[in-house]
Amino acid sequence: MKIVVCVKQVPDSAARVVVEHGEVTWGDAPLVINPWDEYAVEGALRLVDEQGGEVIALSMGNEQAKEALKHALAMGCKEAILVSDPQLQGVDSLGTARVLAAAVQKIGGVDLVVFGRQAIDGDAGVTAAMTARLLGFPALTLAAGVRGVSSDRIVVERAIEEGRQVVEGALPAVLSFTKDIGEPRYPSFMGIRKASRAEIPIWSLDELGLPAPQPHTSWPAVLNPPAREITTEMITGATPQEIAEKLVDKILAEKVL
Amino acid sequence: MDFSLSSDHQMAINLTRDFARKEVAPVIREAERQQQMPDFILPEMAKLGLLGICFPARYGGQGMDYLSLGLISEELEAVDSTLRVVISVHVGLNSMALLQWGTEEQKQRFLMPQARGEKIACFGLTEPGAGSDVTGIRSTARRQGGDYVLNGEKMWISLATRAHHALVVARTNPEAADPHEGLSAFIIELDQPGVSRGDIHGKLGVRSGSTGWLAFQDVRVPAENRLGEEGEGFKIAMSCLDNGRYTVAAGATGLIRACLDASLRYARERTAFGREIGKFQLIQQKIAFMVQSYEAARLLYFRAGWLKNNGRRNTRETSLAKWYATDAAFQAAAEAVQIHGAYGYSDEYDVERYLRNAKGEMIYEGTSEIHQLMQAGYALGYRVDTPLRKELPPYDPDFWQAIA
Ligand SMILES: Cc1cc2nc3c(=O)[nH]c(=O)nc-3n(C[C@H](O)[C@H](O)[C@H](O)COP(=O)(O)OP(=O)(O)OC[C@H]3O[C@@H](n4cnc5c(N)ncnc54)[C@H](O)[C@@H]3O)c2cc1C
Repeated sequence: MKIVVCVKQVPDSAARVVVEHGEVTWGDAPLVINPWDEYAVEGALRLVDEQGGEVIALSMGNEQAKEALKHALAMGCKEAILVSDPQLQGVDSLGTARVLAAAVQKIGGVDLVVFGRQAIDGDAGVTAAMTARLLGFPALTLAAGVRGVSSDRIVVERAIEEGRQVVEGALPAVLSFTKDIGEPRYPSFMGIRKASRAEIPIWSLDELGLPAPQPHTSWPAVLNPPAREITTEMITGATPQEIAEKLVDKILAEKVL
Repeated sequence: MDFSLSSDHQMAINLTRDFARKEVAPVIREAERQQQMPDFILPEMAKLGLLGICFPARYGGQGMDYLSLGLISEELEAVDSTLRVVISVHVGLNSMALLQWGTEEQKQRFLMPQARGEKIACFGLTEPGAGSDVTGIRSTARRQGGDYVLNGEKMWISLATRAHHALVVARTNPEAADPHEGLSAFIIELDQPGVSRGDIHGKLGVRSGSTGWLAFQDVRVPAENRLGEEGEGFKIAMSCLDNGRYTVAAGATGLIRACLDASLRYARERTAFGREIGKFQLIQQKIAFMVQSYEAARLLYFRAGWLKNNGRRNTRETSLAKWYATDAAFQAAAEAVQIHGAYGYSDEYDVERYLRNAKGEMIYEGTSEIHQLMQAGYALGYRVDTPLRKELPPYDPDFWQAIA
């Protein structure tokens, strides 16, 4: 199988992301591979572990996004490709999907395009479906696992609120994985060295034959969540019984229950 | 001069940090309370390749350099000292000695499975009656035909009950004019008749680590298990410490960082007298000292790692790095507890564990006093390092990464 896994470089989930002067900033917190995409890489690697084939990691972003690609290489992806172009600054989800779809076509002969469920920075969660639409591939989103693959079909189990749903689609297809696929593997030191040495090609919009994207959505304003006033009161007492009684009185008085 | 880390180094850091944070941090408090090393730790460290990080691939290692060994030690100890202790004894004190002193056959038999993490290794130098003074060692290895017969007891041995192999220093010549020259080093397979062992409980720190004792009663050791030549045991033991101390120095650096990070978090969060305590200059001073000692400790171990990579003798530099970092870690931990006030005095926060673990580092692998004597000795010219019969091989990426 030839699988393309799309990965994004995002601020670390531990970073404190705030709005300053109308701009989003995360200070000097490190950028990491989007945690959901690590599950996507894991899912893709598991598929080729079973079925044979290769996984190509694809990212759209600036030079720093190479680190996310290196992480994917260190985990076991065979190749990595970065699409980078100054005109992609501030691109929306649809623009991203156009770029990824064009890159998948340029790679050629792809059986599966794999995504994480969403990126933890934008949290839109629509790129997988949009890319599928643009490629004309079926979109099998929120897959918890793959039940089976044949030469031209794939069967996945979707994790949905109501339970599990088994869906079948034709290949080539677009898939997004949830956490249920299993914990992402750690990179190996061999993989780390391979990733360090890897020459990651950079494709421009020109090379993909795409015009500069015209964003359909933009961010006219971003706001910090309203500051919450929290007061803490320690409830003390001689015995657990006494503390619990005081707590119950408080809860009733504050009408929490 | 180039202070930048390579992409390999950075990824080794990330890998180790992820493992320690995701898998060990959530269970460490309970493990400390139980005084029990969680069973997954050694197999998981083996699987990740941490137990063979700086050994050539042909000997089952990961082909990384000696600086990587320091970097992973720092990352491990930024979460818990017991993880770094594993690296210190298994890699630093034992396996690196095999790389340095071992015959090709010994490397195949012992280094290979150790680097792969299939066998765990420990280091038995200290005895109930002999710590700093290695010449006080009473264990004996008497030559009997093609074998040696080992008798004696080793105390305070990290991983004693977890290890398969121990590097043991024992007296082979009680008559030697210079008692240093009466010692020899052996690789002992611990799973054999005459070996007994156990864990020590009730320690101040590294409670979730394994520290124990080994006793040998008429244990037969084939001569091919002797490391180096007869009478070379003291020199070998000291060279082991050059590597073990390096990992302790790097680890203690990580401990300082952990103290700093915890203190920064708490100083921003806790308020007193109407403002966050980080705004008080006396708290800021404590933080400034932690920043200073973290950076200095890091540079000292980087230099030692650089010397090792380049095949240069580093006994003096490693001792300095170890002494400085461990004393500074204890200071940092004490101040971190202070910044946390009463909360720092409880195991609800990590800083009390840092303090307990930091104390041990000032004792093992050369007490702070011993390092002071060494440094003064070098400065005064009383102490000079003479070349060893076999030096630690310099890091050669081509040789390290090639599969034989
Ligand atoms: C958690 C832990 C793990 C350990 N793991 C290992 C291990 O894996 N393998 C191993 O072999 N050992 C291990 N040790 C033992 C450790 O290396 C020794 O404890 C250390 O070398 C000190 O020896 P000692 O405890 O006998 O103290 P002593 O040597 O008896 O020293 C007692 C005090 O006297 C001071 N002192 C001694 N000589 C002098 C001097 N000449 N001048 C000034 N002061 C002096 C010391 O600094 C110390 O303050 C471990 C110890 C601990 C606590």
